[in-house]
Amino acid sequence: MEHVLKSEIPEGPLSEKWSNYKKYAKLVSPNNRKKLEVIVVGTGLAGASAAASLAEMGYNVKSFCFQDSPRRAHSVAAQGGVNAAKNYKNDGDSVYRMFYDTLKGGDFRSREANTYRLAECSANLIDQATAQGVPFAREYGGYLRNRSFGGVQVSRTFYARGQTGQQLLLGSYQALMRQVNTGKVNLYARHEMLDLVLIDGKAKGIIARNLDTGKIERHGAHAVVLATGGFGKIYYLSTLAMGCNASAIWRAHKKGAFMANPSWTQIHPTCLPQSGAYQSKLTLMSESLRNDGRIWVPKDKTDTRKANDIPEADRDYYLERKYPAFGNLAPRDIASRSAKEQIDLGKGVGPLKNAVYLDFSRAIKEYGKDIIAERYGNLFKMYKKITGIDAYLEPMKISPAAHFSMGGLWVDYELMTTIPGLFAIGEANFSDHGANRLGANSLLQACVDGYFVLPYTLQNFLADEIKNPKTDINHPEFEKAEAAVIKQMEGFLSTKGTRTAEEFNKLLGAELYDKCGLSRSKAGLEQAIKNIQKLREAFKTDLIVPGKTSEVNSELEKSGRVADYLELAELMCVDALQREESCGAHFRTEHQTEEGEAKRDDTNFCYSSAWEWNQNPSTPILNKEKLTFETVQPSVRSYK
Amino acid sequence: MWYLKNALTRKNLMALTGLFLSFFLIIHLVGNLQLLLPEAEAQLQYNWYSRLLADNIFIKIIAMVLYLCILLHTIDAIYLTIKSKKAQGAGYAKDKRGRASKWYARNMMFLGSIVFLFLVIHFKDFWYQFKFGEMPLDANGNKDLYTLVVEAFDQLWYVILYVIAIIALGYHLLHGVFSAHRTLGLYHPLYSKIVKYLGIIYTVIMTIGYIIIPIFIYLNR
Amino acid sequence: MKLHLKIWRQKDSQSKGEFKAYTLEDVDQELSFLEMLDTLNLKLVKKGDYPVEFDHDCREGICGQCGMMINGIAHGPIKNLTTCQLHMRSFKDGDTIYIEPFRAAAFPIVRDLKVNRSSLDHIITSGGYVSVDTGQAPEANSIPIAHEVAEAAFDAAACIGCGACVASCKNASAALFTSAKITQLELLPQGQTETSKRVVAIVNQMEEEGFGHCTNTEACQVECPEDISVLNIPRMNYEYNKAKILNK
Repeated sequence: MEHVLKSEIPEGPLSEKWSNYKKYAKLVSPNNRKKLEVIVVGTGLAGASAAASLAEMGYNVKSFCFQDSPRRAHSVAAQGGVNAAKNYKNDGDSVYRMFYDTLKGGDFRSREANTYRLAECSANLIDQATAQGVPFAREYGGYLRNRSFGGVQVSRTFYARGQTGQQLLLGSYQALMRQVNTGKVNLYARHEMLDLVLIDGKAKGIIARNLDTGKIERHGAHAVVLATGGFGKIYYLSTLAMGCNASAIWRAHKKGAFMANPSWTQIHPTCLPQSGAYQSKLTLMSESLRNDGRIWVPKDKTDTRKANDIPEADRDYYLERKYPAFGNLAPRDIASRSAKEQIDLGKGVGPLKNAVYLDFSRAIKEYGKDIIAERYGNLFKMYKKITGIDAYLEPMKISPAAHFSMGGLWVDYELMTTIPGLFAIGEANFSDHGANRLGANSLLQACVDGYFVLPYTLQNFLADEIKNPKTDINHPEFEKAEAAVIKQMEGFLSTKGTRTAEEFNKLLGAELYDKCGLSRSKAGLEQAIKNIQKLREAFKTDLIVPGKTSEVNSELEKSGRVADYLELAELMCVDALQREESCGAHFRTEHQTEEGEAKRDDTNFCYSSAWEWNQNPSTPILNKEKLTFETVQPSVRSYK
Repeated sequence: MWYLKNALTRKNLMALTGLFLSFFLIIHLVGNLQLLLPEAEAQLQYNWYSRLLADNIFIKIIAMVLYLCILLHTIDAIYLTIKSKKAQGAGYAKDKRGRASKWYARNMMFLGSIVFLFLVIHFKDFWYQFKFGEMPLDANGNKDLYTLVVEAFDQLWYVILYVIAIIALGYHLLHGVFSAHRTLGLYHPLYSKIVKYLGIIYTVIMTIGYIIIPIFIYLNR
Repeated sequence: MKLHLKIWRQKDSQSKGEFKAYTLEDVDQELSFLEMLDTLNLKLVKKGDYPVEFDHDCREGICGQCGMMINGIAHGPIKNLTTCQLHMRSFKDGDTIYIEPFRAAAFPIVRDLKVNRSSLDHIITSGGYVSVDTGQAPEANSIPIAHEVAEAAFDAAACIGCGACVASCKNASAALFTSAKITQLELLPQGQTETSKRVVAIVNQMEEEGFGHCTNTEACQVECPEDISVLNIPRMNYEYNKAKILNK
């Protein structure tokens, strides 16, 4: 049965919705706050900022991360920058324009009110981070510097060299540790959430495993916040950290939280290609390289000459050919898709024929090596560190790789999931980016959710929790959840098959990348679903995990994550199959224009798909949140 | 008592006492260079100079400070070395960390121990004799420390011992003078570099200066 | 290429550890060091043995979670690089590679090559932050910060907290880590106001965690993946002495 999804969008015109919400939201008085407990899972930008902000207000926070320190969360790896509508450049930026760019970039598949709020709160974030001691780039006069970024016509990106994510994360990490010092935050590093506990339909706690001892722990609270990031690692080869996973949100999903648009994954065009079967990670190279680098493949797929030996006439600069207006600077989804097209035609380069060239020879000739070194020196250095190749002398080889999950847990305007008391923030939720995320918006969303949105909306929920006592972790629901978790782990250990969790992840990833990656087709997706089901069956009988549950056991950790991936992957395919249109990162080969561009269907698919768990990964229930656009009328995204 | 336990404070004490001792080395060298004068002249002048120092109340106070510095520098070194051992934990089976630093910077305790042993001998043979021993007088009626020194350096093994000790001292100074400034907080890149080079120049002068004396005496007799 | 590995295996912090020898045939030059360990682990797990536990996460040199002593050097033979960025090109066919955990009293071994570095977190907890609550921040451009100052603050802030400085130090000192945070926050006007309080708290915490003292051998900067300058350390000393002498 389909549910009516209440998105809880406040009344009033778009620009006043958030202030209206804040005006009327319920509050908790300071002396009551200390009676309330909140669990925050994840210590990336969203989790750390939320935990710190809530603790500053006086709530008791329990903060969890699986890494050995909160500072290692994968927000740390974001390079380019963070957007904010400060209009320091006097180039016509405004909250509205930023909102519009984000909405258009997302191909009109995000919730208007959320996207507007993201733009509205962006300026505050820069103030907050600066006050925390984040060393943003500065002009010589001492004021903050901006740079431009893909998909927009203004310069609104703030940055700290190529390590903006690291610096923002350290800011929120330090804010978090300050609260650890005051005793308002209890930090549980090297703890992994294994299940969500519901009491009377409300999220009341989690089951976590201490990864250093293997001990299973119960933690109760008045509300649970999931800030567990994206699940691009489901493709195995991705730009994500090895530990990134979907387990927290997937297990919450299985307890009743809806998953929205799970198939929308951003594939980043400029990553280092896979060089062998044992490769574990595809490193991202900043998109900024496309400002001066030209992308090409040999015209003849049988060409075996070295890159520098191939004359101009035998090269195909396919982006410049197909998109003369934007050329090499076409948006991420288009650049990625075109690369895959060439690789699929057999024109890929490199030993595995899985990459395209990114060539700086013309830029070096035009500007000189020094200028290019000044602009991209650190990236060329990084390229050399990893590949051993000097990109000043020969072209880089790049290929697309899974990067960001636009989809995630469905949340309402208050960032609450369909389970009362369970909130999802940052990349773990689905709300602000639509079908494609603009560069430098991910850091922003994580921070805005954690610093500026959740502290208000969570309070609105907690106001009704004051009367409830501390959650009793001896409640039968905790016992049940704990028993289930232990049973699952023991199941993994007793399977005693022949293949490791990682091997399953690799097979699954290849299947997904091929059929539910850059482009998707009905036949492919249907095939993928069958293959995934088979793989899931094989996992049940052929997994091998050594050791015990009561000790450090990284193989056991991976098994749980892969088990969840195997279920989520099917939902991704079902989601992609159901959406008979192309939008943003979701490209259905059946739905394209004659020139091969994405064709959106606003009449039939102007909604977010919110999937409901139905006891079996193969039979999810679709709920639709209709997207209404009061301010902006969806238009065709063209980059020709 | 935080300043007793606190390593940074103890390091400050190491640096200050070390710098004072380094300063003393200059004065001591200047005095000892008188040994290089022509023999007759050197004897009278050196003995007069030694007496001058011994009788001066100001110098006496400085000497007290000097003994205190040697003591504190040694005690602190032992304290910090024990602390360092404790902090290191089990240590490495295969240890190539040395490639990132100078050997003498890593072995200050070892070099310092050689210097300390040398000091014991040095004090016993000269300082103790001069202060408390029976000594003949020179033509001016001053204690004839000069002859004591010259006769000591007449023995090859003693010269070798002396040279080895001074080389150890040299390496100790090479890192010590520079490190002391860092410990005391000189963080400016330019001035820190200047001090580093001044330290090297100082060390070279001290080492050569102190080595020349026994060799010169040995060769000239 | 063929590799002989000697890897430290230790069940937990209480147990005694030992080196175990493994041989890997056909190691691809293109593998990263951690991927080489992955292939070893794959073999071990398939045999039903315990894999070699090691810390790692982002595998692109920024999270700071990976780190081990490779042939007696933190993060291996290449300077200013993390373990995950080290590739097998840097080794020769037939090489013997010793792999040990970072060792320091303040880094107890969790298992095999995994160590507990929460002592570094405790240092930050004791004062490595600017005391500003969410919502208190003034307009970002209201306090100009000279370009050079911001860049210098960044240089110090780039620390990834991997602990290679401690592992490389003959005294197992965390002075580079600690002083980098002090410098970053001291340089910026936002952090300056509480420098004295911060530096005293943070230095005392560093001692309490059982780290050694700094003897200025400068090994830490050489092995630091981010090439953090050793000049941060005298800066910390200066600030500490100033705070203590002025008793602020």
